[in-house]
Amino acid sequence: MRRMKKINKTTKSNLITYAIVIALFAAVQILTSAGAISSLLQGLLVPLCAYIILAVSLNLTVGILGELSLGHAGFMCVGAFTSAFFSKCTAELIPVAGVRYLFALLIGAAAAGLCGILVGIPALRLKGDYLAIVTLAFGEIIKNVVNILFIGRDSEGFHFSTKDSLSLGLLPDGEVIVNGPQGITGTPKDSTFTVGVILILVTLFIVLNLIHSRSGRAIMAIRDNRIAAESIGINVTKYKLMAFSISAALAGVGGVIYAHNLATLTAQPKNFGYNMSIMILVFVVLGGIGNIRGSILAAIVLTLLPELLRGLSDYRMLIYAVVLIAMMLFNWSPKAIEWRERHSAKFKRKKQKEV
Amino acid sequence: MKLKKVISAALVAAMAMTFMAGCGDSDNAGNGNASGSDTQAASGNENASGSGDTFRIGGIGPITGGAAVYGIAVKNGAELAVKEINEAGGINGAQIDFNFQDDEHDAEKAVNAYNTLKDWDVQAILGAVTSAPCVAVGEVSKDDNIFMLTPSGTAVECVKYENAFRVCFSDPMQGLESAKYIGEHNLATKVAAIYDSSDVYSSGIYEAFVKEAANQNFEVVAAEAFTAESKTDFSVQLQKAKDAGAELVFLPFYYSEASLVLKQAAGMNYSPIFFGCDGMDGILAVKGFDAALADNLIFLSPFTPTSDDEMIQKFVTDYEAAYGETPNQFAADAYDGIYAIKAAIEAGNVTPDLSASDVCDALKTAMTQITIDGVTAKGLTWEASGEPSKEPMVVKIANGNYAVVEDDAAAESVEDNAATENGEDAE
Amino acid sequence: MSFISYLINGVSLGSVYAIIALGYTMVYGIAKMLNFAHGDVIMIGAYVVMAAISGAGLPPGVAVLLSIVCCLILGIVIESVAYRPLLNAASSLAVLITAIGVSYLLQNVALLIFGANTISFDSVVSVPAVTLMDGALTITGEAIVTIVSCIVIMIALTLFISRTKSGQAMRAVSEDKGAAQLMGIHVNGTIALTFAIGSALAAIAGVLLCSSYPSLNPYTGAMPGIKAFVAAVFGGIGSIPGAFIGGILLGVIEIFGKAYISSQMADAIVFGVLIVILLVKPAGILGKNVQEKV
Repeated sequence: MRRMKKINKTTKSNLITYAIVIALFAAVQILTSAGAISSLLQGLLVPLCAYIILAVSLNLTVGILGELSLGHAGFMCVGAFTSAFFSKCTAELIPVAGVRYLFALLIGAAAAGLCGILVGIPALRLKGDYLAIVTLAFGEIIKNVVNILFIGRDSEGFHFSTKDSLSLGLLPDGEVIVNGPQGITGTPKDSTFTVGVILILVTLFIVLNLIHSRSGRAIMAIRDNRIAAESIGINVTKYKLMAFSISAALAGVGGVIYAHNLATLTAQPKNFGYNMSIMILVFVVLGGIGNIRGSILAAIVLTLLPELLRGLSDYRMLIYAVVLIAMMLFNWSPKAIEWRERHSAKFKRKKQKEV
Repeated sequence: MKLKKVISAALVAAMAMTFMAGCGDSDNAGNGNASGSDTQAASGNENASGSGDTFRIGGIGPITGGAAVYGIAVKNGAELAVKEINEAGGINGAQIDFNFQDDEHDAEKAVNAYNTLKDWDVQAILGAVTSAPCVAVGEVSKDDNIFMLTPSGTAVECVKYENAFRVCFSDPMQGLESAKYIGEHNLATKVAAIYDSSDVYSSGIYEAFVKEAANQNFEVVAAEAFTAESKTDFSVQLQKAKDAGAELVFLPFYYSEASLVLKQAAGMNYSPIFFGCDGMDGILAVKGFDAALADNLIFLSPFTPTSDDEMIQKFVTDYEAAYGETPNQFAADAYDGIYAIKAAIEAGNVTPDLSASDVCDALKTAMTQITIDGVTAKGLTWEASGEPSKEPMVVKIANGNYAVVEDDAAAESVEDNAATENGEDAE
Repeated sequence: MSFISYLINGVSLGSVYAIIALGYTMVYGIAKMLNFAHGDVIMIGAYVVMAAISGAGLPPGVAVLLSIVCCLILGIVIESVAYRPLLNAASSLAVLITAIGVSYLLQNVALLIFGANTISFDSVVSVPAVTLMDGALTITGEAIVTIVSCIVIMIALTLFISRTKSGQAMRAVSEDKGAAQLMGIHVNGTIALTFAIGSALAAIAGVLLCSSYPSLNPYTGAMPGIKAFVAAVFGGIGSIPGAFIGGILLGVIEIFGKAYISSQMADAIVFGVLIVILLVKPAGILGKNVQEKV
């Protein structure tokens, strides 16, 4: 009986999470149809979906698996570039945007997941900050490789080069698809807010189900005490790799959304470098490690914050930094937590008295 | 934990407010946006109170982040032009409201900046400053049919659509002209190129340069790249150029990195001819840079602050008075860009009460009809493709000053003359 | 000949990384935190020198001293305001994120004060360049000074840690904070001292970095900061000789990778080698592989 109750509780909590997303989606849809949303916000909706998926997926690595990853943007980059490459190549072959996007998603997720496995097998032997460094290194390598990759296509097929687009030796009818640092231009703009929200729900479904499954409990057991977990027969490598590669594949999905929202896809330090990885990590830590709903909220708040601060012009990023530090201190400092608890206790007592 | 939830709730409420702010925007769309919602108090300029009597021109570019220097120059140059026009009575009697938005040199942020401007009911856009953001903005502005004129987006795709024009030269054009100039003036037989492979501008020029080099009488003996992450140490690239016996080193990138290249080349006793593109302009303004290192540096540029031209002199003096530094070509391009928009508005008989799309249709046609005398060129005209037609000037640095190499014949003699005339024009 | 020239450039670049990495590694050893703002302290240090020389007209030596003092104070302030409250937080990630916030803050403060324009930094080194083998090989004065000061700093730090009272206190704190406190060591003071030393080193690194590669803008420190972090891990984070070796190795690999493999792939090569080293020696070259207690 007690067990039943407990399951109900987690299911209830999951349902609330889905409900929050759906409610937000409905609210935005209603406001949009009423024409009540500024174009700035409309433009932000799709990137927001990508960031939420990235934050939730990184939370799987950081919160549930308990390993620090600084290369999440690398997986995002893999997903973005493979899917954009696919979409650009098949833009004429598959004219139906929905079908093409579905394939692009699968390819992006698969490629990123595969990279996750490739990186994970050696890297997960390492612990703590060393793992963080390897993932950081991986992200930088991916960015560097993408920047020297040139792929062109003509009637003879595909041409590759790592030097420049001239050495592709394309026939006159050829077209350069991946142009090194200039990346991929002209990716079809297939990402929409509705698709983004559906993908958020899918991501949440995968992550929440994983957490509450047998495998999820095994993963958390490894997080809490690896040796104890090992001693009761949990295959540490398998479960670690499982969590890591799922997280990578979901990051790839985020990358697909990102790539199909902008006409240009370039691997700059800003969007696929360690800056972005850290940005996503900030979402996770600020939202609460292991707290999925917190990740969603933090991703929304921190993406909107710099845009809302546009009014401050030159001081915008400065204020952003100050707010970030202040929020971290408020959320994490033991003293602040103590203060908060004391005050909320007072608050509670007051409430009880009233009742 | 309770308080945390209260905070969360507050944040959600703040978000809801934003949506409401959005609401306010579109409601007021018809009659300007007197209501200062936080998304667009943005401008920092005078409020666009009551449209119908002001033109709303927006700008997009990086004013924070690694590329901030270009965005800030464009912002300053454009604001100077706007101030001048407004003081002189505006365009057909209507004042200009200028609103510059930060894009951090990031395509996604550029689209956000564009949307912010759209909420502000922008009628024409000067931007984006850098190439990748410019292409991304071009893609969305095409759908909305909003006119955009990029002062400095050099990539070919920047002006892919009908609504986009540019003030600067395109990348391939610069690479082509550089190779031609080197070949026609027999500057060298062995040439090395160093370029920033992570930068669209630099690699675009480089590729066109190498392509054209095949038709010229010199050979590219070394082509070395660097990336945005490793742009402080050029010792290896220079060493390779030196080992390959290059007499001329082509540097298609910005002056901040070029100043390092020159210094490091001097440190290793390597003194070939250095040849750059328009990004080289401004090298003498780098604080603390030893101008002697740049002696005999040649580059293509549309703009030189030391020119005798009255208009340029006025621009430079005013700019220095307002911002305390010498304007570079980004500022000049932006300055001309605003005047081009003004000329096009006048030619197209655009009135401030038109919608952005109508303004765009009128400006698209008007742009191909106008001719302006700006600080970056005289008799500047545009083709429907969006490309400007202007001739690049060849500039050589002598004795710490820029000197324009007026024509082909002068190229040879400039070296001697410049030395005696202390950096005056060669003629 | 070019081989030797590359080698010298590599060692010189590596020495700068090493000095930055020494600061990283000390802070990590004691506070167990990755101080992502370290690179930006370097940038501030360089700006202070620049402002002192060109603005106030101070002689280079005084300017460097001033910069060291400024960074020292900055380090202590950052530690006490932003990091100390989070030292005992539930997750060590909290302080990492705060460090990133501080990094953004420093960059944007510098952007507002000094502007975005890249400044060509006037070298403070007055040692002349050495020309060997009839001009085929030139070693710049900056390279000589950088390498020498790196070695001096490394030795001085090692002596400080092993011989002095405060150094022993540092080691004790890094070993076991609780036990150190019981032994009467002022833990917070020791941590503050570590930050002060680390930041002072950052000032020196900033001056040397900008003297060798004379370009200074608000984002100058970010990439060397990350590279030095890699160098610290290379050598075994927490180990002072490790940081030195890691820094030099990183510099040499970077220059050789550029010279002999591909100048575009230099970063990928550096990070690739890092991954290989960590797979072979999971705690870095000189790191201690701590056995887990059951």
